[in-house]
Amino acid sequence: MNAKKGDWVLIHNIVLKPEERAPQVPDDTKEVPLEMWVKGFINHDASVDDEVEITTMTGRIVRGRLIDINPYYKHDYGKCVPELLKIGLQLKDITFGGEDRE
Amino acid sequence: MNKDMSYLGVMSRRNKIMKNAVGIDYEAFESGTIAFDYEKMMKEIGYTLDEMQSIQKNVSIGNTPIIELKNLTKLSRKVSPKGKGARIFIKDEASNPSGSFKARRAANAVYHAKRLGYKGVIAATSGNYGAAVASQAAMHGLKCIIVQECYDSKGKGQPEIIEKARKCEAYGAEVVQLTVGPELFYTFLRLLEETGYFNASLYTPFGIAGVETLGYELAMQFREKEGRDPDVVVCTNAGGGNLTGTARGLIKAGAFDTKVIGASVNLKGLHMASDSQFNKKSFTTGHTGFGIPFSTWPDRSDVPRSAGRPLRYMDRYVTINQGEVFYITEALAQLEGLERGPAGNTSLAAAFSIAQELDEDKIIVVQETEYTGAGKHIQPQLTFARENGIEIKFGNPQDEIPGENIIFPEHPSYIKARDIDLNKIKKSYIKNCIEKTNVTNVSSEDLEFLIKDTKSSEEFVKKVLDELNIKYLQENLGV
Repeated sequence: MNAKKGDWVLIHNIVLKPEERAPQVPDDTKEVPLEMWVKGFINHDASVDDEVEITTMTGRIVRGRLIDINPYYKHDYGKCVPELLKIGLQLKDITFGGEDRE
Repeated sequence: MNKDMSYLGVMSRRNKIMKNAVGIDYEAFESGTIAFDYEKMMKEIGYTLDEMQSIQKNVSIGNTPIIELKNLTKLSRKVSPKGKGARIFIKDEASNPSGSFKARRAANAVYHAKRLGYKGVIAATSGNYGAAVASQAAMHGLKCIIVQECYDSKGKGQPEIIEKARKCEAYGAEVVQLTVGPELFYTFLRLLEETGYFNASLYTPFGIAGVETLGYELAMQFREKEGRDPDVVVCTNAGGGNLTGTARGLIKAGAFDTKVIGASVNLKGLHMASDSQFNKKSFTTGHTGFGIPFSTWPDRSDVPRSAGRPLRYMDRYVTINQGEVFYITEALAQLEGLERGPAGNTSLAAAFSIAQELDEDKIIVVQETEYTGAGKHIQPQLTFARENGIEIKFGNPQDEIPGENIIFPEHPSYIKARDIDLNKIKKSYIKNCIEKTNVTNVSSEDLEFLIKDTKSSEEFVKKVLDELNIKYLQENLGV
């Protein structure tokens, strides 16, 4: 995939390598780098995986690896959770039905 | 000029960067030992209630409705002892511009930034506060950067945080997303240094003061509607600002008899900075992972002195489990016709249980709700939990193990707010004050501060100091 100068893109970079991480970080976190993602308009033509330079929404210049062009949101309402369907039915039954305290 | 940009290099410039980025000289309120003049800080740096109301009114924040939850009250009476089951109300803060009470905090911070002439604002937050700052920055024409802890090392992100990024970007903000770790603060400092923007911290005096309007409004609304103050107000507690601001507002309204209860989701056993445990939790805020450390040491935040000091105002502190909050969120939708975000319902789950301890004529209020939407909804959050190996089932929520399962109550009578020993938390706070300042002899000023900051007594603080083998002056304080 190729990006043209001015395209809206997502880049990724490493902020801190594992050996540069803060002393108080737990062991499992210390084994991995601190990574960063940021979006902006690309300052030159490039291909995915290239090291590129972008201008963010606030006008900052940031460098990193190009990973997506015209990125979009992929979060949603999740899958069916059948257990949830039982809750409303039971609650209505108790609230408006016969069950009562002693 | 080559600045040291390493972790320790940037952290060593922390105080200077912060001073430039919040425009507050915190030294002016320090005593040099444990005590600092909290009320003076709130008075000189905050705004008056009138000013805050006018700032917020200008951006259409506040005056949110009070809603009586008649069916949830009816349900709680079905499972209460006879004569018990207080009337449950919510203050519908989701109707604020950015969809939560955080708009109040952001309104003051962004107004202040604009007044001081900053070109932009930065906030480190994965939650509703980011959306609130971005929304306010849009209204004031300021630039905005939100820094989020969002992904684990596999690039998997919490759906709720991803939704929050979308909302911030919808308001025109730049969102910087990071993997798990406390070095978010390092990135945050670098951005402040690079841009010269204002630190729209959650914990400045004006941020916390922004929530005072909520507590004040709440008392006024109840006087108008019911002719009296509420008996209990439940606040979801994380960093402490929500509870602090609300309680201060209640006091400013003269509602001295209203009890303030903090509630947090129980995430015991999960380490907040752990890469492998990050996606094992279903709540990104309002949980004990923030609530406990921020209560026992509020000054761990991104400003030298936090204006959010929950122990100063809390009458009781309870936890509630993840399954119970999800369940009550479903109940709110199915019995009351109100679809609201799960995180804001932490205190609702607690209130449902506490209402059963109170007489039928008592009033218990949940002081906030939040918006809901894709990602930020019980279904995607439960889907995400299941995909991360969490078992979801019905049973007794008391058996829930954070990071292993989510247990929906088999019956609403199983919802139980569990008390945290507040004296233990207070003791731990006092211990932290001693350790962080290396004080060996507590002065009368320190003693008085500790009594106020823990809402306790001279006897209590002295007993704790005795246990810690810390000396203190013996003169009569007259408190």
